Amino acid sequence: MKRLVLLAVAAMSLMGAGDRRSGYDDASADTRAMQDDDAANPAFLWVQQGESLWSAAEGAAGKSCADCHGDVSAMRGVAARYPAFEPKHGRPITLEERINLCRTDHMGAAAFAWNDDKLLSLSALIGLQSRGMPVAAKAQEPFLSEGAALFRERMGQLNLSCAQCHEERAGLKLAGSLIPQGHPNGYPEYRLEWQGMGSFYRRLRNCMIGVRAEPFAPDSREAADLALFLAVRANGMKVETPAVRP
Amino acid sequence: MVRVLINVPKQIHANEPFEVKVLISHPMESGQRRDQMGQAIPRDIINHFIATLDGETVLDADFFPAIAANPFLSFSVVAEKSGTLALTFVDDHGVTQTELTAITVT
Repeated sequence: MKRLVLLAVAAMSLMGAGDRRSGYDDASADTRAMQDDDAANPAFLWVQQGESLWSAAEGAAGKSCADCHGDVSAMRGVAARYPAFEPKHGRPITLEERINLCRTDHMGAAAFAWNDDKLLSLSALIGLQSRGMPVAAKAQEPFLSEGAALFRERMGQLNLSCAQCHEERAGLKLAGSLIPQGHPNGYPEYRLEWQGMGSFYRRLRNCMIGVRAEPFAPDSREAADLALFLAVRANGMKVETPAVRP
Repeated sequence: MVRVLINVPKQIHANEPFEVKVLISHPMESGQRRDQMGQAIPRDIINHFIATLDGETVLDADFFPAIAANPFLSFSVVAEKSGTLALTFVDDHGVTQTELTAITVT
């Protein structure tokens, strides 16, 4: 019996590793080539902007990111750990929320809107430092369970849960497009459909509008919990930020 | 000023073609779309692109709609000696921007 259980556990962990597919694995050869070549990846236009923002002083304190954090290479591994717990909020926060918190609390600057190109530029630059590293989000309760529950909760007029598409029907097609497993290992990413850069929140918002639900607010606990659940689900997969997706 | 990324090989040999890759941050609005009020969104694309190497034109291209936002260009250039590659582009607002990149021939 014990051996059977062990075998089952081994099989499950094998399946877990082998079955997880990054959006990169299912993208076309052309899209993959764009992501592979930093000179062809349009997201690097944002990274370039992020580099100049990193050392630009802003706000009442007259400080830049670099004044506290030094060279951006010191951010290696940081994005891979997010969403991470923030005592001030009493919950995990996303990297974008962290950047805005730095701005309001330490720089005396206004927070960026969730879809501000400058915010995406900074999170792309910080995310890039962790590229190739395994996603390593910390599984924290009760946030992880809350995120998991949200993932399986039916919502919107179409009455669909995230899991119904991204777990049960991942790999099948929705209106001609492949349904990905929904691993958040490439955000912020350049989507060809958007012809621009977008964060995980933008993707979540699009999905929720798609099922005709009221999207969670960008700085809500729900959005962060769901991001945490997905990050933990993708733990061990390589960070691809800034990814290119169809 | 729009953001531009230019990529040329570090090692360039005289009289051998090398690849120049250019990414330009531009909306490339086609002029075919309408906004939420039904009003046509005016066309705003890069319509002309010229690359010169020490003043000599190596690429002169007219652009048309149906090019995606943030266009990526890739073309081959042959250089005899080190010099400066100048990339100039003009958009529908008449804004002209020139970006310079040093070419080092070894």
